Amino acid sequence: MLRFINLPQIYFNTCFRTVEPLEYYRRFLKENCRPDGRELGEFRTTTVNIGSISTADGSALVKLGNTTVICGVKAEFAAPPTDAPDKGYVVPNVDLPPLCSSRFRSGPPGEEAQVASQFIADVIENSQIIQKEDLCISPGKLAWVLYCDLICLDYDGNILDACTFALLAALKNVQLPEVTINEETALAEVNLKTKNYLNIRTHPVATSFAVFDDTLLIVDPTGEEEHLATGTLTIVMDEEGKLCCLHKPGGSGLTGAKLQDCMSRAVTRHKEVKKLMDEVIKSMKPK
Amino acid sequence: MEGTMHADAKIRAETGTESGPRGPGCSLRHFACEQNLLSRPDGSASFMQGDTSVLVGVYGPAEVKVSKEIFNKATLEVILRPKIGLPGVAEKSREQLIRNTCEAVVLGALHPRTSITVVLQVISDAGSLLACCLNAACMALVDAGVPMRALFCGVTCTLGADGTLVLDPTAKQEKEARAVLTFALDSVEQKLLMSTTKGLYSDAELQQCLAAAQAASQHVFRFYRESLQRRYSKS
Repeated sequence: MLRFINLPQIYFNTCFRTVEPLEYYRRFLKENCRPDGRELGEFRTTTVNIGSISTADGSALVKLGNTTVICGVKAEFAAPPTDAPDKGYVVPNVDLPPLCSSRFRSGPPGEEAQVASQFIADVIENSQIIQKEDLCISPGKLAWVLYCDLICLDYDGNILDACTFALLAALKNVQLPEVTINEETALAEVNLKTKNYLNIRTHPVATSFAVFDDTLLIVDPTGEEEHLATGTLTIVMDEEGKLCCLHKPGGSGLTGAKLQDCMSRAVTRHKEVKKLMDEVIKSMKPK
Repeated sequence: MEGTMHADAKIRAETGTESGPRGPGCSLRHFACEQNLLSRPDGSASFMQGDTSVLVGVYGPAEVKVSKEIFNKATLEVILRPKIGLPGVAEKSREQLIRNTCEAVVLGALHPRTSITVVLQVISDAGSLLACCLNAACMALVDAGVPMRALFCGVTCTLGADGTLVLDPTAKQEKEARAVLTFALDSVEQKLLMSTTKGLYSDAELQQCLAAAQAASQHVFRFYRESLQRRYSKS
């Protein structure tokens, strides 16, 4: 005969969470909140640390709750492309090492890393965050190439938002030395004493949503929520309310009205992020 | 049994004027679709939109590697091979988009611990490539008899510098446009399944493009229906 021992409630909750994660989540969503106490439209605590890597030309570390992404920017010389002799290059790369999560193995980049790299490349291209002509030193001969390496240190969902923010903060931190081409020797002379910040023209900010049960939209999903979600959506917006990217890789269908709600949330998120970044940069300026 | 369906899908918008092959405003290019042309895959289809052509083969439900199997639904795999060169990061990104779109409509729960593989080969690219891939994938899945909860279609639209909307652009129009938006819509309620965009545009323009894409998707679904009716009425 079965005897039910009076288990403490918290033990029961953890068992239920493991055995029926979706049902566990649904109970919270019915009350319009999430297991970590957040509302459906609330972001996790965002922290940013700029300029931590001294060997890089620009760097930033962004923490979105537990998700941690670090971006390092290195500037090197290269010959400009033949079809655009007055432009430089910006080369992003997102790396998801086995360190950040047990689902990634070492070896060539997996699909998620490649998709994230492509996404960041698209954001840079679409938002025109840097005018590529600014990176040209001598048309047809020499240009800057900015290698932006984003490495995830801890994967807990919403990697795209963290990467976009880290990239933006790192690019704002980049200082390029003045380069002149010596007429006689035709060699580049780098003056490390005079350094200029990059001209960042727009500030794209990404806002990610997860779709639950085809109807409910929650903002900033954690790793567990992403796994249970039936679809995801990422909106990248700049300060004028223009959209740089609407990335919805499949998943449940959304109506136009739901998209509208997401847009308004993305606008408020942009203001929050911009304010945070401006504060950090202001506190850093006297260097 | 093949059905070669050359539907003249020149759709005129309510306001657009028609002049020559493409008029200003909203008009889709000539569609053509052929099914069951490959003998090995369980289902295959070739979809042509103007000069853009994609050939798709579907294998499944078939055996799946133990490392990739999901206990309660089918594992969907998508392989996209470009016309020239080796597949790169851009192809991986497109594969993910197509795979997630198919996963949303395919009833994977009916075939647990199996794999459904969709292989796409780009034959020629003259604009609206991703939309053509999606349409071809849908036709191939139908040909293979994979159970789906809805059909889906891909529609591309571009925004010009002055805000003019062009549906189903050619490669030249895509290059000159300010923004290129590709949507995947389902056949039941025309909900947005997938979206990928290039360029800068405003919120209002997005809604406008989405509405135009939803209207155009009706034509694509009608073309699917006619194509299949033709094919099955012969046999």
